[in-house]
This record gives sequence, C-alpha cells and structure tokens, in this order.
Amino acid sequence: MASTITSPASADDRVSARSLGARLLSRPEIGSLVGAAVILVFFLIAAPPFREINNTGTILYQAALIGVMAVPVSLLMIGGEFDLSAGVAVTTAGLTAGLFAYQFSVNVWVGVLVALVLSLAIGAFNGWLLMRTGLPSFLVTLGTFFILQGLNIAVTRLASGAVASNSISDMDGFNAAKAIFASEFKIGGVTIKIIVVWWIVFVAIAAWVLQRTQIGNWIFAVGGDAAAARAVGVPVRKVKIGLFMTVGFFAWFTGMQLLFVQNGVVQSGEGVGKEFLYIIAAVVGGCLLTGGYGSVVGAAVGALIFGMVQLGVVYAGWNPDWFKAFLGVMLLLATIVNLVVKNRAEAR
Amino acid sequence: MTTTDSFADEASASPNTPIVLLEEVGKSYGNINALRGVSLSVRQGEITCVLGDNGAGKSTLIKIIAGLHDYTSGRMSVNGEERHFGSPRESLDSGIATVYQDLALAPLMSVWRNFFLGNEITKGPFRQLDSTKMKRIAQEELTKMGISIPDLEQPVGKLSGGQRQCVAIARAIHFGAKVLILDEPTAALGVNQSGVVLKYVVRARDAGIGVIFITHNPHHAYLVGNHFVVLKLGRVALDTHRSEITLEQLTTEMAGGSELEALSHELRSVNPELVVENESQRQEDT
Repeated sequence: MASTITSPASADDRVSARSLGARLLSRPEIGSLVGAAVILVFFLIAAPPFREINNTGTILYQAALIGVMAVPVSLLMIGGEFDLSAGVAVTTAGLTAGLFAYQFSVNVWVGVLVALVLSLAIGAFNGWLLMRTGLPSFLVTLGTFFILQGLNIAVTRLASGAVASNSISDMDGFNAAKAIFASEFKIGGVTIKIIVVWWIVFVAIAAWVLQRTQIGNWIFAVGGDAAAARAVGVPVRKVKIGLFMTVGFFAWFTGMQLLFVQNGVVQSGEGVGKEFLYIIAAVVGGCLLTGGYGSVVGAAVGALIFGMVQLGVVYAGWNPDWFKAFLGVMLLLATIVNLVVKNRAEAR
Repeated sequence: MTTTDSFADEASASPNTPIVLLEEVGKSYGNINALRGVSLSVRQGEITCVLGDNGAGKSTLIKIIAGLHDYTSGRMSVNGEERHFGSPRESLDSGIATVYQDLALAPLMSVWRNFFLGNEITKGPFRQLDSTKMKRIAQEELTKMGISIPDLEQPVGKLSGGQRQCVAIARAIHFGAKVLILDEPTAALGVNQSGVVLKYVVRARDAGIGVIFITHNPHHAYLVGNHFVVLKLGRVALDTHRSEITLEQLTTEMAGGSELEALSHELRSVNPELVVENESQRQEDT
C-alpha cells in the first residue's frame, strides 16, 4: 500500500495504489469462494465419501441443477429485480413440452419448441407487467408464481387425468432430445452429466456478457440506478424485459433437463421453493439484493456450495432431515463471510 | 468576483443564434399548470441561469428540454427546428445533455463504466467492450478538465459530490453536447467543491457549449451567468441580461423581492427581542 500512483498528470496524494490482493478482495464473488473453500475442507474432514473422486460428478450434478437457473437469476438481480416464479416456470416448461407432444402426438421436438416459446412469453409477461405497472417485481412475480403453480396442476390433471404428465419416452425425437438435455459421459471413471457441461458453458458466456459487453454494462446500470441509466439513453425497459426473458429461456432449459432425465414424465407439483434456492445461490455469490452489484461466477460458486452441503450431509452419514437446517446455517455463514470480506476489502 | 465578472462579460454580447429556443412553452398535469408561457433561449458559449424557489417549475422546465416530459403548449425549437422529444435519447441525439443533481451516475459502477454508459466503445466481431481504450479516453478527458481521479476502477459512489458532478459534465462534453443542462450542480456541495464545479461550468462554456444552469443560489448564478431567468409559480418573473442587473437585485428578485420585505416586517413586528433572545440562548447552550 506504500506505492503511489505513477502518472504525474493525475496524481492525488490522498490515493495510493491498491495492491493486487486488495483488488482481488473487492471482487463480489470473493466471499463465496472463501465460503466454498471452508465448506469443502469441512466435508473433506467430516465425510469420508466426499473425498472419493467418483462422487465429484454427483456433487457437480446437484450444483448444476441449481446453478443453471442461478445464472439468469443473478443477472436479473444485478439488474435490480427478482423472479419468484422461476421455480415453477421450470415445471411449466417441462409439463408443456411433455403434454403437448403426447396430446397432439407430434415429434418431441415440437413440444420442446412450444415450451421454449411459452417460457419466453412468461418471462416477457413478467417484465412487461413490471414495467407497465411500476409495481415491485416481488409482487408481480409472486402473482405469476401462484398462477403457474395452479395452472401446472390444473392443466396437467385436465389433460392427462393424473398429477404427472404422460410419459413421452417412446415417442419420436425423445432420444435425440435426451442426448442434448440429459445424457451423461465418463471421464476417467467419473460420470459427468451433460447439464454440468452446459452449466459451465452458460456461466462462461453470461460472465463474459456481464463484464465485457455493452449489454452487461447496461444490466449493472439499470440495477444500480435506473433513472441515471435512462437519462444517458440506456433502454431500461428493454433491458429489464430481456432479463426476465433470459430467466424464461433458462427455465425452459432446466425444464427440458427435468423432463428428459425423468424418462419423459414431469410431476406437476414440482419446482415450488426452488426459486429461493436460485436467489440464495445468487446472494451467496455476492449479488446485492438491491441490484447494481454482483457476479455470475459468484452465483455459480453459490450453487456449488449448495451441492456440496446437500451431498456432504448425506456422505457424512447424518440424517438428511437435518439438511435444510444445516443448509440454512451454511448459507448464513457464507453470506456473513461474504459481507465481512467485502467490508474489509472496501476499507483498504 | 471581479475576475469572474470580466470573463463573463467577454461573451456577454454574443451574436450567436440560439441553439435551443423556447417560446411561450407551458406544461400542465391535468388541471395543474406547472409551467405557463415560459420563453428562454440558449446560445453557444453562453450560460443561461434559471433561478427559482422550490416548486417554481425549474424541474419541469429541464425535464421538457431533456426529453423526460413533453410540453403541452407553446413551441420549442432546437437548431431552428420545432421539436417534441419522446425520450431522453432523442434529446441526447440532438446534442442536449443533462447532468442531474442526484441521478447523474450509477453509484456502484466504476468511473470509466459510468463515463461511457450508453455510449460504450466495442471492438471485434463479438462487440466486446474495449475497456483499455475507454479507460484511456476517460482519463484523458478528465485530465483535460483538470479533474484528478487516479483509479478509474473505483465505484463512483466513493467519489465526492463535486467530483461526481465533474465526471458527469466531462462525459457530456466528450460526447459532443452542444447544450448542457446542469440541474442544481452546486446545491449539495460545500464552498470549495462548488467553486470547482463552477470552474468546469465556465470551461464548458469556453468550449463553445450553451449551458443552462439551474440553481436557487443567486451568488453562484451571478459568478458565471450571462443571462438570468427567474421563475416564480411556473411563470417567468424576470428575464434579463447580466449587464442590466446587479447581484443585489438578482438576490432580492430571487428571494421573492417585495414578498420577502413584507415577511421581514411581519417577523419583526411579532416580537423581535424573542427572536434575538432565542438565538443568544442557543449560543449559550452549545
């Protein structure tokens, strides 16, 4: 911290250059990384099966199930909004694809595409209603949450007569779609589910978009100060609706994974409560609840923490009943670590 | 003040044609007339000060020129063409930049990101942000304006109020603003910082920009202004050139003139000793 700025033209002796360490510590995801490291070490000691390389694939799979949705949810949160309907929207996408393909006896891909259109439409509706009414996104998406939850069950019962969609596993296109959304492969004895690969790809793309593109700059701006952003010509409305549609796209993707991993059947009651896991992953990853600050990579680490804790409890041989309580404690700890590290870094 | 007097006078007899011209412009919200028959002209290299108390219609006026609201009567022309702005973007594209008192910048974003917000420079087929170039330009522009911010990666929220205003002004000038609207840039600042901001206002004027300086501080206005417009209850109460008014007159006019005199008489007649006594008591307490 002793070094000073070299550029003489802009020298201000009150400001000294920040060390690399301090700059690293001021990244939003640093708290979650520290939290993840602590939890990793803890379970490596407490749960012997955690150390086996074979189980890494399973842990990553658990993380990816939350992590894929944590990508758009964190972007949306940086953009200053919530989406409480994200959990049930996943189920809606899965049910739509399954029911449509079965009821109209069409190729599975047609159902998949119909689900994509519907998912994007739900996102666009959330965003449009939010911008039109100026209501908080908490209320708007709480409404959508109940609408979708109800429709999932009601329409499924109406169409199939049961609480789950009809199996489409023997229909045309099922295997090709399954290969894309829900296959698995082995690397050196470790079984890797394809969604883990997709997750990493999505995180990489979203992190690049957020940090290195104009759209990313606009996302930070609409979440940080929408009025300021609008005044310099950022299309606030389009950005926010676009973010909700991104959530729609990922809900579709996760819904397809759900459909094809369960042999073409989706339970209509699924997905309730998942929206909070996505939000928690984003918050643990350093996203500010009020918007304007955060990181996609952090949200991915948040999802990883979730996966590690969920399986760590099982591997440690504890009763899974304790999982939720343990998860809550872990998340609180991670958030506090996050906060402390962030405050420290800013004080330097 | 004598020094500022001299350089304000240089541009006072400007022959330039107005860039923005408002003629009898009015704005009503339902049955409320926020602005009535306001005429105003902004010329290149001149500072037009708009003064007025809270609720006088200053904000409504800038919102009309900045494209946040449309006007309901009269005529606004930009570069000789009649215009109705539908969005801030249209106003910006016409060369009008607005620096708002409190909503100028996104506080959690870094200085360089804020500087280029809405006008990002991209490179390559994937339109990636050219952060090196943007940081270099931002640094150059800020240095040109005499603002020293060593670390452009630090969030704007950590800058002082004056620095923030200066960054916003430098940004507007860099992006080719012909008209700069400054919404109470000195309202929340201390004496020193106000001075710094006023210096940049003058630099903007010297760069050939037409400045609309909104303020309720006649002292700040008189330091830099070429032309003064005082708004009162949505109407123009005074419209005069610098050569036709003194600071004292401006202050009186701004403070409500005759109304203030009446108020001071009224207060004095209530019980002058009590007022003085309270004052002295408070001093003893502290």
